[in-house]
Amino acid sequence: MHKLLENQTGKQVLLLGNEAIARGAIEAGLSMAATYPGTPSSEISLNLFQMSRESNLYFEYSTNEKVAMEMTAAAANSGLRSMCIMKHVGMNVAADAMMTLAYVGVKAGMVIIVADDPFMFSSQNEQDSRYYAKLSGLPMLEPSSVEEAKSMMSYAFDLSEKLKEPVIFRTTTRINHSTAVVTYNDIPERKTKGNFVKDPFNLVTVPAISRKLHIKLLENMDTACEIGSTSEYNFIEGDGTLGIICNGVSYSYVCDAIADLDQTDKIKILRLGLSHPMPEKPVKDFVKSCDKVLVVEEGEPYMEEAVRSLAQEEGLTISIKGKGKELFSRRNEYDPGLVRGMIAKYFGIDYEAPEVPDLSDLPEMPQRPPTLCAGCSHRATYTAVKKAAEGMDTVYPADIGCYTLGFLPPLQMGDFLLCMGSSVGTSCGFAQATDQKVISFIGDSTFFHSGIPGLVNAVFNKHNFTLVIMDNSTTAMTGHQPHPGVDMEELNMPDFGRVSIEAMVKAAGVEHISVIKPFNIKKSVATIKEALEFEGVSVVISREVCALYAKALKKPKRNVFMVSDKCKNHKNCVNELGCPAFFLHEGRVNIDPDICVGCSICAQVCPEHAIRPLK
Amino acid sequence: METKRLIIVAVGGQGNLLSSRILGEAALLSDVPVRMSEIHGMAQRGGVVESAIVFGDAKSTIISDGEADLLVGFEPLETMRALNRCNAGTTVITSISPLSPFTVTIGRGTYPKLSKIKEMISTKTKKLIAYDAAAVAKEAGSVLSVNVVLLGSLIQTEVLPISADAVKEAIQKRVKPAFVDMNLGAFELGFNAAAGAGK
Ligand code: SF4
Repeated sequence: MHKLLENQTGKQVLLLGNEAIARGAIEAGLSMAATYPGTPSSEISLNLFQMSRESNLYFEYSTNEKVAMEMTAAAANSGLRSMCIMKHVGMNVAADAMMTLAYVGVKAGMVIIVADDPFMFSSQNEQDSRYYAKLSGLPMLEPSSVEEAKSMMSYAFDLSEKLKEPVIFRTTTRINHSTAVVTYNDIPERKTKGNFVKDPFNLVTVPAISRKLHIKLLENMDTACEIGSTSEYNFIEGDGTLGIICNGVSYSYVCDAIADLDQTDKIKILRLGLSHPMPEKPVKDFVKSCDKVLVVEEGEPYMEEAVRSLAQEEGLTISIKGKGKELFSRRNEYDPGLVRGMIAKYFGIDYEAPEVPDLSDLPEMPQRPPTLCAGCSHRATYTAVKKAAEGMDTVYPADIGCYTLGFLPPLQMGDFLLCMGSSVGTSCGFAQATDQKVISFIGDSTFFHSGIPGLVNAVFNKHNFTLVIMDNSTTAMTGHQPHPGVDMEELNMPDFGRVSIEAMVKAAGVEHISVIKPFNIKKSVATIKEALEFEGVSVVISREVCALYAKALKKPKRNVFMVSDKCKNHKNCVNELGCPAFFLHEGRVNIDPDICVGCSICAQVCPEHAIRPLK
Repeated sequence: METKRLIIVAVGGQGNLLSSRILGEAALLSDVPVRMSEIHGMAQRGGVVESAIVFGDAKSTIISDGEADLLVGFEPLETMRALNRCNAGTTVITSISPLSPFTVTIGRGTYPKLSKIKEMISTKTKKLIAYDAAAVAKEAGSVLSVNVVLLGSLIQTEVLPISADAVKEAIQKRVKPAFVDMNLGAFELGFNAAAGAGK
């Protein structure tokens, strides 16, 4: 049985934050969930997916976050507790649905999980999604620990039902990817079928109805504000006339800092867990009881601005600070030492930071950036395209996935990146704005997510570029989730359909479509050249399974390769491919047989034919 | 309980997430409060993967620069790179079997001398235990058991309030059954290696 389905109340288990969230949802009677995977939220859905295979929970990988939001909104309006899960930038995609869903509301509990990524460990920006709560008027919960992430989940569903609004559940990487000991509660019976009751004058958002619904939303916000005033998740801790207001992970750093600085009788904390709408009364009361207030929150000054304006309403003039040149940054994540130092500085507490060793005499250290795996099909595709486009003045719009790493040397294939699907839309723009040769790259999963509208646009507006769709049969970067193009039967899951990328591209009206096997470089180069010569939109589908996924699926191994004594050591292979299986020994190129997976690309680029299968 | 802070650094694919799971499980079995954090996603593609494990009463799951009591490195260059997380009282355990980053192979940087790495670590911290954990792992049956070999050494130092028996029990719980015996052997060899290397 899946460990998160064990109905053992009181059992203590070590769980990843994302597992705790999934368990919390199960304990809250979750019926239906949908997502598009994105770090740092991915393991929530991975666990729900696994559980759905062995229980009556319904879970789906939707094509994108907007679809996931619409899917779960309908479920919640049919009386089923539902949840959609996304990373912060996914919320940009889902926002269109969410903004009006806030007007319509829900019948059964609905939770929208959004996982922010301060410091951008695995993201293209560090936007602060809390503003989406403000923008939409939806209530928002923010857990401060792994344990709380689980316990807050039931509260989130109850709150959603009380307000008849979806609830935003906002986490950051250090909640999602921290691990702690969690205690199990009961798993209730799950409702599997709902019933939709027609009510068009409240559910069909034409202007006249939406005007009325907006009033309801604003009333709901007032109710939510009152609930926030007495919520167990907005609490005060400690004593004193110095005050700290904090949220999320910052709360744990603040607690540790106050203990380390020995200030428990001087500094008190207001922790906001139900942080939208800002609970007016507790904040005002707290500020009134303080001589000085520090707001500790990663990201934007979301609470700080609200606290300051509430203080202004009360005519309070004490110092309220958070972000600033000498204080906290809007950038990056915080850490216990940083928070300790800032608290000491702001409140004038004697404190000496622990001494860090002098590292000025360390030798130069080579960087170790992430890189495409050995045998990654993307390396082969990039190599083939590079050869086919030799001598051309190119622009390579990139997209989001493992293949983004191709922008690094030595491949250097990737010139412009905004968001999921942007390779196609920006190709339209570059092709129109310049006379350069535009060749863009998109992964299979990303193509389904948001590449299709750009392609349809390109055909309609007669743009001129080549789109390479890199089909490696999985959503690799986030941990190998399926997508609509995957053959699920091969994975022993016959209860899925399948969408053909070729058929999709053809239906979009693309006139030049070709398919390559990227591990055959010569043939691929020839095919790509034809595509590049075509005036108009051409699509090349490069098809080869992700090397890491093939390993996980235990696909038959290829022969690994070695460098024979025919090698003249001009190092073309290394310098063109940068495959991690290469290493230099006494200045000469070698291949590590434990890392090589036998893609044979290096053997094909070696002008001496010196790279041979290892017998 | 006194707080102990441990940082584990490795190269993506070396299995450091499993070693932190095992340690966490061992702490749970020993009633030692434990919290940890790790980084997933893009960093796992051959980049540096770091986990932080905090034992004791602290609430934070991450560790600030200069505040690690223990540093375990699966790869010598990465151990040295993590020295900013250490202080003069830190105990460091590292494998000295290098994994050269591809930047070196393509001529963007040179790999520092192992003797220099060891010298740097030992002059800046309290204690260094350094040996070829990859060789020990091979002896145990698989180079993939470097993670558990180093766990053995970590427990041998007795800096953490966790016994070897608790870790062995955690290995039995957390490792796939087919690999349990090999990993128990790896743990034992790592434990002994530290006893030898620490002299
Ligand atoms: S996980 Fe797959 S797609 Fe990603 S870099 Fe590795 S082989 Fe390439």
